[in-house]
Formats: sequence, structure tokens, C-alpha cells
Amino acid sequence: MKLVEYEGKDLFIKYSIPTAKRYGVIKIGEDISKLKIDEYPVVIKAQVLAGGRGKAGGVKIAKNESEAKEIIKNMLGMTLVTHQTGGKGIKVEEVLVEKANDIEREIYISVIMDRKISSPTIIASKEGGMSIEELAKDKPELIVKMPVDVETGLMDWQARELAYKLDITDKSLFCEFTAFAKNLVKVFINYDANLVEVNPLIITKEKKLIALDSKVIVDDNSLFRHKDIASLPDRESSELEKEAKKIEINYIGLDGSVGCMVNGAGLAMATLDTIKLAGGDAANFLDVGGGANVEQITNAFKIILKDPKVKAVLVNIFGGIMKCDNIAKGIVEAAKNVDIKVPVVVRLEGTNVKEGKEILKNSGLKFEQADSLWDGCKKAVALCK
Amino acid sequence: MSIILNKNSRVLVCGITGGHGSFHTEQCIAYGTNIVAGVTPGKGGTKHLGVPVFNTVSDAVKETSADTSMIFVPAPYAADSILECAYNGIKVIICITEGIPVMDMARVKKHLNNLKSQGKNIILVGPNCPGVITPGEAKCGIMPGYIHKKGSMGIVSRSGTLTYEAVWQITNEGIGESTVVGIGGDPVQGMNFVDTIKLFNEDNETRSILMIGEIGGSAEEDAAKFIKENVKKPVFAFIAGKTAPKGRRMGHAGAIVEGSAGTHESKVKALKEAGITVIENLSDTGKIVSSVLKSKV
Repeated sequence: MKLVEYEGKDLFIKYSIPTAKRYGVIKIGEDISKLKIDEYPVVIKAQVLAGGRGKAGGVKIAKNESEAKEIIKNMLGMTLVTHQTGGKGIKVEEVLVEKANDIEREIYISVIMDRKISSPTIIASKEGGMSIEELAKDKPELIVKMPVDVETGLMDWQARELAYKLDITDKSLFCEFTAFAKNLVKVFINYDANLVEVNPLIITKEKKLIALDSKVIVDDNSLFRHKDIASLPDRESSELEKEAKKIEINYIGLDGSVGCMVNGAGLAMATLDTIKLAGGDAANFLDVGGGANVEQITNAFKIILKDPKVKAVLVNIFGGIMKCDNIAKGIVEAAKNVDIKVPVVVRLEGTNVKEGKEILKNSGLKFEQADSLWDGCKKAVALCK
Repeated sequence: MSIILNKNSRVLVCGITGGHGSFHTEQCIAYGTNIVAGVTPGKGGTKHLGVPVFNTVSDAVKETSADTSMIFVPAPYAADSILECAYNGIKVIICITEGIPVMDMARVKKHLNNLKSQGKNIILVGPNCPGVITPGEAKCGIMPGYIHKKGSMGIVSRSGTLTYEAVWQITNEGIGESTVVGIGGDPVQGMNFVDTIKLFNEDNETRSILMIGEIGGSAEEDAAKFIKENVKKPVFAFIAGKTAPKGRRMGHAGAIVEGSAGTHESKVKALKEAGITVIENLSDTGKIVSSVLKSKV
């Protein structure tokens, strides 16, 4: 679950991490009159899930109320294209209005789960502002890595060591920073985050530490114990993806024309790759899961067919937990419930495969059956042309 | 020989009375696995599928000398179940459960490392994996038994059904498998590719190795380095996710490309440089393996 800046900062505030003074969040249809702004200039920031907002025009400073009004009017509803949006843009639906600060220094700091050592790890650099990828490329010698004990959190000596490594020696700032670093790790661990990033962490001209931005990704597997996060809007998924998620189907929309229904994430990915090798492009990634029942297959079918780009559907099931006769029943039932206007290629293998194939054959419906993954992909791609 | 699991393994099932646990335990028993005990708190003293059920792993180990466990406990409680097994004398823990929070697994790994420093080396396979099968001897997992055949190829994979696909082709080529290990698709896991390949390398019965990886992380790159330096047996690899969009989680929590790390391209490059035969089309797995192995004879 990816959080936008102000949602991440809400978590920061709970953990006493200093952030810029917030005047409020404005959504499409609202304007600045709802906010009480006591001091200009203010910063207006587009709340979208992408880095590089500044360069793309998603972060602007307003010196007075009329400027702020104008900027907000233009920013809300605009399509923001940054280097992280993959060529497409994201519509700006909310902006955050904060007090502007005079920056003296920018620092990069994040907490990640280091897969190699299975441990939370702080990544920091005394020079911030640019992305960590750029930092790693341009100034790798400045990057500090510090593993953190998952049960103890950041220890005092580690926080001190980090402060020295980042050249934070000013007395009042030093304690502010060590408290900040410990709290940032607490946010990471207590919220089951995959990533907590502050870029930049700034030191103001008044020698104050402020987390100027936030990037927080919470582990989807942990949402059962974070009801507050689970109730936030899902901004990453499309409407169709959300609908699928609700019925526990793992669906990601793609750009091609072959609709895919596969069991297991690995096989689903490999199926997309094989479709590409066969000269086509998949319209979606869809994992029906291990224990999917007839109802779930039916629903999966409905979701795939809602995508107007789909010209043929490939069902690729290797039955382990899910038996092929159940899949076959699901396909037949779905075909009866849903008005399928495109050809369907079915490739079944695994437990009860004979029964499954018989059910399809005797259903009275028209299915193209395939004997292997390659055969299925070739048939589906051909039907799209 | 085989690795991790054999006909002498004495298997305990955590979560034996649940829906999944029950269904798959029955399948494992039918395959010939020596299931000696089940654990479900509150159901101790009963029998399920003819297997004695205990309240705690400690009781089960005392009464049955179980040395291997298979975990089906729901995700919120599964990490605790792994630790219960680890602290009560189980040597091989195979965790099937999907959806365990990554932070829970980081805690588990910390404890396993502590135990290791005390000389207690515990093998954890998974979580979020299909399990382990040594064809003809025992199966601890959710894979369909009949697609396997006793043979000479060691297979290790981050995926479930994708593995079945490859196994089926290897079986149909008549090569068969020594042991098939599903290490799972999570970012923090027990055994990784290097740990598993090390065991295959030392196993006399395993004469070739197939590694099925996917995008995300750097386990495949690490394995490539290890293989280049240590493995003389022929090694094959397939990496899923060539066409996956960047930054999106493709089902498996671990299968995500972040920044420039963990791409299909970087993995294939590392594998090829290590002299590993990289299979581009999954459907060709059996054919390619068969022809390469024949040419080496």
C-alpha cells in the first residue's frame, strides 16, 4: 500500500517527527478559502504517487493568496508526467498546502527491508534532494548503510554514529536528529513498512530539522493489523484492479489484447512472457489463487472481460491445489453467466485434467483447448490478430 | 540420497485440522510421507486423519520424535508457529502459508540466526511456497505428486505452479527429479538459491540443477556467483517476469523491480556469465535440458 505525502506525514506526526506546518489538503472542487493561512509564502504540492514532482510542475510556491488560488486552480485536475510515471501521467486530485521553509541543507534518509540480510536497514546520505538511484550513481561514497535490529529498533549509539556520518554536529540539532532517526525506524517497524523515505530531510536557516517530504509503503500482508492504513484510499490500483482485489483476485491491467487467467503468480508472469514470445501482448496479469472456487473463477472471467482491449482470453491452469474439473466448471458457468464475445483458449494440466477437459468438451460451448503452454499462447495470439 | 526430505523424515503438521492443512496432509499421506503428528492448540489428545494431534510442538516432538514440520497455520500466526518449531527441536521447517508480514519473517530470521550461533542449524523452507518433494520417497507440500518422477535433476524455485510446469516437462523427458524445493516468493525467506544449490551440489543423486527464478531482489545474481565458483554439475535457469511492469507487485511480494535492481536483464546477464544455460521459453525447458545433458554424456 503506497501512501501519498500527507498520509505518510500523518504517521510522522504521530511519532513526533518534525514536518512543515500544514495548512491543509485541498481536493478537486474545493478552494483555498477553506484554509486559514496566517503567513505567506506557502508551498503547494500535488499529492500523487510519483517522485520527481518538482521538475514536472507539481510543487509550487505562492507568495500571496491570489497566487495560491491560481496555482491550486491549475494544479488540481492536471495530469502530471514525471520520470516515474512511465510515460503516462497521473491526475492530480489533491494538493497539500504547507508553510514554505528556507533550506540550508538537504539530507537523504530512508529505512528499507534489506532482503540480503533479512533486516531493516537505514540508507542515508549527507547530500539529499536527488533520488537515491541518482545518489548511488553519482556519489556512492556518500551513502551510509546501517542495519537495524528488528526487535530493538535503532540503538542510541547507532543514532549518534549516523549523526556524525551525516555531519550533523551542531549541538541542538544533534539531539533533534538522533530522536528523529529513532522515531523514523519506529514508524518503519510499527507500521510494517516496506519503505519509509524522507527526501529531503532539511535543516532550515533557523537550525530546525524538518522532514520536508515523505514516501511510505506499507506491506500489504500486514494490513490486517493496521486498520487505519487499510482504510485509506487505494491510489495505485485502477477501478478494475480494486474490484478484483475486493474479491481476492490478484489482477493488474496491462496494455495488450490477450486476457489471461492463470493460477499462481510465477506461472502468471511466465505466461505473460510466453505470450510475448508468441508475438502478442497480454492485457492483464491475473492470479486466481491456489484455492479459487467456481465463484471466484466466474468473477475472474467477468473482470478480464470488462477490459475492452481483450480480443481473446487464455486460461492457463496447472492444477495443484485447484483441481482442473473445478476450473472447467467455473469456466462453463462463467460462460453461461457472462456474455463472452471473444474466443477462449483453455489449457489445463494437473489434478483431474481428464475430467476437466471432458467438462469443457461436453459443455456445448465453444472452447479452444490447448495441450501445452506454448500451444495455448500461440492459439490465443493468433485469435487476437 | 536426496536433500532436505526423505522417506525417513518424521513429519509434524502445524495447522493439521484447518481446511488446507487437512486436505494436503491427506494427499501427503497418500503419497507415502511419514506424517507422525499434528499440532492444533485446543485439539490435543484427538486424532485427525488417523494422526495424533497435540496442543504444542513440544508435546508432539516428545511423543513422536518428529524432526520435520509442515506449516499451514494462517498468516497472522504462522511466524509464531515457525518459531515454536525452531525452539522445540524440529530440524527442517517447511512453511506453506502465504501472506505472512515481512516484518514477522525478519523477526523469525533473527531468531534462527541466534539459534545457528548456538550450533542449532535449522533449515527453513518458505514461506509462501509449494513445499519440498523427494519423488518416490516423501512429499511435504501442496504440489501434485503424480507429475514427479524419481530421477537426477535437482530443482529449486521461487514459484509454485511455475515449478509444476517445469517439473512436468523434466518428468516427460524421462530425466526425473532428485528433490524439488520451492523456496517461495517472499522477500524475506528461509533457504535461498545459494543454500539450496549448495545442498544439491553435495548430493550424489543430483546430477544436474534447474533454478527457476523471477524478477526482484538479487538471489539469482548471488546464485550465479556461487555456481561459477563452486558447481561443476550442469545448471539451467529460467527467470519469470521479463514483461512485468516496473514497480508493480506481480502477486509475489518479492517479485517487484525497484529502481534498477532485480531486473530480468541483470539476472539473465549474471547467469549467462556464470556459464548457466538460460531458458528463454518456458515451454522449451524439457527439450533444452534433455539435449544439453545428452551432449555432455
